[in-house]
Amino acid sequence: MAKDNSVGIVKLKYYTFAQGADALGLDSGQKLGSIKVAYETYGSLNADKSNAILITHAFSGDAHAAGYYAGEKRPGWWDDMIGPAKAIDTVKYFVICSNVIGGCAGSTGPASINPKTDRPYGLEFPLITIADMVRVEKSLIESLGIKKLLSVCGGSMGGMQVLQWVASYSEMVASAIPIATTLKHSPQQIAFDEVGRQAVMADSDWKKGDYYEHTQPERGLAIARMIGHITYMSDESMEKKFSRRLKDAEYSFSFASDFEVEGYLRYRGDSFVKRFDANSYLYITRAMDYFDLSEVNIFPGDRMMNIKFLVIAFASDWLYPVYQSKNIIRTLKHNNIDVTSCEIKSTYGHDAFLLEVREQSRLISHFLKGVYENRK
Amino acid sequence: MKTENKIRQRLDYKVICDLVAPKSSVLDLGCGDGELLHLLSKEKHVRGQGIEINEKEIYKCVEKGLNVLHGDIDTELAEYKDKAFDYVILNQSLQQVIYLEQVLLNALRVGKKVIVGFPNFTYYKSRLQLFFLGRTPVTEALPYKWYQTPNLHFLSLTDFIVFCKEEKVEIIDRLFLKDDKIIKILPNLFALNGIFLIERRI
Repeated sequence: MAKDNSVGIVKLKYYTFAQGADALGLDSGQKLGSIKVAYETYGSLNADKSNAILITHAFSGDAHAAGYYAGEKRPGWWDDMIGPAKAIDTVKYFVICSNVIGGCAGSTGPASINPKTDRPYGLEFPLITIADMVRVEKSLIESLGIKKLLSVCGGSMGGMQVLQWVASYSEMVASAIPIATTLKHSPQQIAFDEVGRQAVMADSDWKKGDYYEHTQPERGLAIARMIGHITYMSDESMEKKFSRRLKDAEYSFSFASDFEVEGYLRYRGDSFVKRFDANSYLYITRAMDYFDLSEVNIFPGDRMMNIKFLVIAFASDWLYPVYQSKNIIRTLKHNNIDVTSCEIKSTYGHDAFLLEVREQSRLISHFLKGVYENRK
Repeated sequence: MKTENKIRQRLDYKVICDLVAPKSSVLDLGCGDGELLHLLSKEKHVRGQGIEINEKEIYKCVEKGLNVLHGDIDTELAEYKDKAFDYVILNQSLQQVIYLEQVLLNALRVGKKVIVGFPNFTYYKSRLQLFFLGRTPVTEALPYKWYQTPNLHFLSLTDFIVFCKEEKVEIIDRLFLKDDKIIKILPNLFALNGIFLIERRI
């Protein structure tokens, strides 16, 4: 099961903070406590605690970035990139990945028990932002005794967290690797999120978010996920993957899923509802929609000079198009910050950040090596 | 790449390296595989940034530990602040940009000094090929056939000197090369490449 270049068997760990009077103040003005954070770590922290890398996950990701849970065959979501002798080498680096708050993979979210009511939060859960997610991550990192991260690295919503880390806690970051991401959610991105949310909320099982004693709004959530998956692919990758191939020899002359692409989307939708909470879908998409660092000067001059950036985009990504990465680079250039960037010629669309392993590995491994060797 | 060409490359790299002050900041436009920037980092400990359009070369630069931006120098310069770098280098890339004048003037804005290196179109062998054979010249420095060349602009050393005069750009230093030699006599006739250190004081 666990291969030589795998981190092997891993376990989900928990960190709890913001209890009682120490509840965490959020961007919305509300307070949240206590907060439980699910996280995993790979490799070991060196003596001067200078080899820590935080991996931030995308919208539907979780803390399980690498390795295997005991008895399971599927590795973590970025196992191709994290492990001994891989791009993010766990022999050299100490790697941390945590589930975002508002999520549903172990960290506090709308499905968690509200201490005030002893029932699941549902819509009582406060609205959260990407900056709130990063506040929680910072608390986790500090609890591990780490004063400065060698790097923060993530794709898509993970990339937004990377940029937010730089904006909020630049003194704690030596380098940043935002992948397939943006400084602000565009109207098109907000629009897709809104359609997904409307699909969830239009399902009668949603019950204004108070569904935890019944079944969750499975149809609505599955449809939301189907739309999502379309935006993660590209016209070209769908042509390659499905073309017009039929599941059976002929048309059924019904609304059954004749085409392979229909079967794929239905399968993706159905498997998603088994692992993802519908309210988390609402909260996390909202957090992404509120994300906008473009109006803030996130890189205030000389203070930032020592953070190195590696910005990666993918040519066929139309959900987070290349121009959005170019906007990040523009801001960096304007502030005279060292930056490496690459627009990888991929046909996979937005999904490329999970699939283009070889190219990303070449960039990330050498970039990290440089940052590691030049750390103070 | 031909052997003669390699020698020339090493000499132009060496010449450029000699022009750059230690521990300065350098922006190399069209940095290719990063060989020159790598040399400048090793020899002069510069803070270097490259811009390169070819994805394959990006990986080679990153493997050398360099900062490199994947982009087109015709459009990538506008976002830098005035005098953001001590030096902007345009070595063997100027003749391939579309908006040469704009790129050059922008480089003079972004860099306190600019180093330009380009092949001399009026090298004597080019003149002979044009005059006696009636053919578009092919030389060591301009090795492409007319239907394969990536070069968009063909200029002589004198052309560039006149341009600098017209644009009120000061030429601080100039070096003319042929293979592994520095050419001092009649460079516009006998040099394959020219390297200029220029600046514009405003």
